Amino acid sequence: MSIAQLREHARGRLERLGNAVTSYVWRLGFASRFLFYMVVHSGTALRRFRLTVAEIYFAGVLSLIIILVSGLFVGMVLALQGYDTLQRFGASESLGVLVALSLVRELGPVVAGLLFASRAGSAITAEIGLMKATEQISAMEMMAVDPIARVVAPRFWGGVISMPMLAALFSALGIFGGYLVGVQLIGVDAGAFWSQMQAAVDLRNDILNGVIKSVVFGVAVTWIAVFEGYDAIPTAEGVSRATTRTVVTSSLAILALDFVLTALMFTGGKSA
Amino acid sequence: MVEIHNVAFGYEAARPVLRDVSLEIPRGSVVGIMGQSGCGKTTLLRIIAAQFMPTHGGARVLGELTSELDREGLYRMRRRMGMLFQFGALFTDMSVYENVAFPLREHTALAEDLIHDLVMLKLQAVGLRGAAQLMPAELSGGMARRVALARCIALDPQLILYDEPFTGLDPISFGVIVRLIRELNDSLGATSIIVTHDVQEALGVVDYVYFMADGRVIAQGTPAEIRGSTEPFVRQFVNGELEGPVPFHYPAPDYPAELELTGN
Repeated sequence: MSIAQLREHARGRLERLGNAVTSYVWRLGFASRFLFYMVVHSGTALRRFRLTVAEIYFAGVLSLIIILVSGLFVGMVLALQGYDTLQRFGASESLGVLVALSLVRELGPVVAGLLFASRAGSAITAEIGLMKATEQISAMEMMAVDPIARVVAPRFWGGVISMPMLAALFSALGIFGGYLVGVQLIGVDAGAFWSQMQAAVDLRNDILNGVIKSVVFGVAVTWIAVFEGYDAIPTAEGVSRATTRTVVTSSLAILALDFVLTALMFTGGKSA
Repeated sequence: MVEIHNVAFGYEAARPVLRDVSLEIPRGSVVGIMGQSGCGKTTLLRIIAAQFMPTHGGARVLGELTSELDREGLYRMRRRMGMLFQFGALFTDMSVYENVAFPLREHTALAEDLIHDLVMLKLQAVGLRGAAQLMPAELSGGMARRVALARCIALDPQLILYDEPFTGLDPISFGVIVRLIRELNDSLGATSIIVTHDVQEALGVVDYVYFMADGRVIAQGTPAEIRGSTEPFVRQFVNGELEGPVPFHYPAPDYPAELELTGN
């Protein structure tokens, strides 16, 4: 290959990289403007709150089974694994603390968020994308009804409200699962299990921080889901791609945000 | 009612879809815009509906120049028009009743029993009062189109736009829709624009026809004039002939050359 060809080749690569970065930044900006517009036009969703309640049902209530079952099993496994390690140090009474802190601080928000993204986020994207593909969104615009205010905003708020509650239920069921395995099955003292947990879990540092995480994840997942749906190419293939992107992007967003939030919240001793 | 002056439009700057279109649609008439798929007729409908703004020229719809309207003005104008989409575009998560009630609930503060009466009135007009509680998935294509029509006239529009209203209908549903378009137009005192390529059937319902090809209006007239037209394209189109100005073959390289029959 001659020098000129090499140079041409390198330039082609650079151009593609540049194009990819530009379109990514452009999309991010577009998504941000979309979020801003949606929040500004949330009047309908909040005034006619029944619209949002219906979406809380779809995103939240219908996700309950997978969230509750997963929470229960995660708690039971935590107790099994935790007990195995703790008893080597003679600290098996701290099992309650271990289970509760792991769930409230980390596993509750993160695992519930991941499940929420794949159960509810994908459904939101697919629904909005299909509404677009079947011209329901255009039809709404032609009826002088703003689809972002009428269709998108209620789904956004429904998801944002559902997510912290799902994370809380996940943690609660997880702790119950830990109790079942630790106390009922293995035989850790029930009094020690609960009292140590009560003493060690702090309302502000642990529970509040966990709730903050779940709210942030809720906003991120639902924002990505409604944007991908609204931005989907209105064909069967476009909607399927958008749905996949929702699950992948929001899962990665949850993991990245969790790292950032944890670094901000739980470093430097008790200062949170 | 609708005046289009020298409108040009393209989704991309390099490929204009409409080159230079001018037409005028008087109040009370049913006008057809016909032509081949891809000739720009649906785009023209979207310009009239102000979903797109012309890159050149102007569209005056219901007395307003669409390019000068802000969002509020646009929505105010659209409340006075209805659009029937190709496959109905019913909201699949709502019943037939709720679909027809949708514009009423969004734009009026009417009491529930009044909304009920209005919905029943509109459904009666399209003959589907008995289907009020069905979901869109339970309807046939023709029924869905009629429900969409009832929804589109819910607010008694002055201008009704039809985007390919006949596509995929059986002959009976077809006849029903054709009759409804005429009856609703005359009883509401509205103006209707039908974009279609089902020429023979549409010629039976319209008052006037514009023929489009390649982003331009190439012929116009009453149905009788169009049927008797000597313009080669119109003759080919109306009679569905294979031979004429529109070639059967998509532009391609020379056939023998493609098969490598020439050369050595």
